[in-house]
Amino acid sequence: MLNLRAVSYRYAGARRECLHGIDLDLVEGAVTGLVGPAEAGKSSLCLVAGGLAPRVVGGHLSGQVGIDGASVADWPMYRLAEEVTTAVQDPAGQLSLIGQSVAEEVALGPANLGLPRGEIEARTAWALAVTGIEALAERDPLRLSGGQQQLVVLAGLLAMRPRHLVLDEPLAHLDAGGAKVVLDAVRAAADAGAAVLLAEQRTDELARVADTVLLMSAGNIVAGGAPREILSHPTAHALGVAEPAGAALRRRLRAAGFDPDLVEVDA
Amino acid sequence: MTRPVFARTESTAASRWHGLDPLTRLVVALGTMIAALLLGGVVCLAALGILAVLLPTAMAHELRPVLRLAVLLALPLGVSAVLINVLFSPGTTSEGAWLAAVVVLRIVIMAGATVLFYRTTIPADLVGSLQHHGLSNRITFVIHNAVAMIPRLAERAREVTAAQRARGFDSEAGLLRRGRGIIALAAPTVLGAVAEVEARTLALETRAFTRPGRVTVLRPPHDSNLQRAGRWSIVVGLVALVIARVTGLLPC
Repeated sequence: MLNLRAVSYRYAGARRECLHGIDLDLVEGAVTGLVGPAEAGKSSLCLVAGGLAPRVVGGHLSGQVGIDGASVADWPMYRLAEEVTTAVQDPAGQLSLIGQSVAEEVALGPANLGLPRGEIEARTAWALAVTGIEALAERDPLRLSGGQQQLVVLAGLLAMRPRHLVLDEPLAHLDAGGAKVVLDAVRAAADAGAAVLLAEQRTDELARVADTVLLMSAGNIVAGGAPREILSHPTAHALGVAEPAGAALRRRLRAAGFDPDLVEVDA
Repeated sequence: MTRPVFARTESTAASRWHGLDPLTRLVVALGTMIAALLLGGVVCLAALGILAVLLPTAMAHELRPVLRLAVLLALPLGVSAVLINVLFSPGTTSEGAWLAAVVVLRIVIMAGATVLFYRTTIPADLVGSLQHHGLSNRITFVIHNAVAMIPRLAERAREVTAAQRARGFDSEAGLLRRGRGIIALAAPTVLGAVAEVEARTLALETRAFTRPGRVTVLRPPHDSNLQRAGRWSIVVGLVALVIARVTGLLPC
């Protein structure tokens, strides 16, 4: 389990902290959703949870980030990458340029772990299948659409079979079909035992896959709980977090004097 | 039968030169550049150019594009070298012209060796080769970025030009107007490239690229004893050349 205890973080050169005293447990087998307005600190929290901040991007971190209770402060990034993998927002920027084909791009992580070639091939084939991009296996990753590149990046992370998966707005470039593929893959990873942190603005989709949702504002986690409860919470609306369509329908039914439980909705 | 996942890695090389281990091509390119700096006379440089640039280029079936690009790259420096050596040389004009020929030849050889390497080497193959030969991933990352960045930079420059044209930049206007627009093109190209390298660093770090120890090479190079001997010969030859240059034993 990945734990954050009283974590505060400040980017290099910044005067103020963008995260304040964050406590977070990423439980294996569960998807933890992260919502909040712009500048709430969602991406920064993803970087910290993924170990990239301050290791790679610099800055100052206080508090403790640990795995199974042990601090990972002294772990080099390559060791942490075997436990936690992270996808940041820009899919094209996350392609390595090393892989000449989608299959090679997906296989890069397992190859870096020094796994036998047969195991790499099996993991790559599985990740391509889970993300529905087998047909793209031989294509040049740089010549794909943003949505397809997003799926390639996700497949590359899944192929590493991480215990913890941190995804920062993975649906940003995807249409409804692509979003469903990603959500199904995320759910499959969680069902296989991974702990997933999923920062996402598209609350309809988030509500479908998350087990719990955390609401962030100004670098703090201000609420946390079941997706239905948090995403329809007045604080979430006040912060500009979009209410899922199902929750909105329930609220309107209630306001109109109907019992929302008489209507079956997704969220 | 299921289709192999890495079908493209088994592709056949375009020529015997393309089929060499990328490390061999890298050693030839670097060796040629260093030798061009150490050698002095026109005859020696011409021999080096024929042996290390023209012959491999012909072998790779890349004669026209490589020569064209090498001459284009060498042109600005070459013209300055001719002007400086012919017009401002302290000796006679013929001595200045001879010196200019040496400088121009040197630049063309260095440009030719670089262009040949770039045109015949896929970055992924180079990474596979360097990893196969046990080079650390950090150094491989730096070399890979240097090799892969140039085509990416060219592509980004084309994208930025297209975007600026959509905003009214006239890329076919007079030289002065185009000159004024250069900042609008260069700034996003360079800043975008820097941001891209940062994002790529994050992506590679999160995929354990800097992990020490052996990695599994997806594109193992086609190395051979002959190539190994050739690479070591080049290294030994360069050391001998340096010694000969320092002790004054070099005939040219």
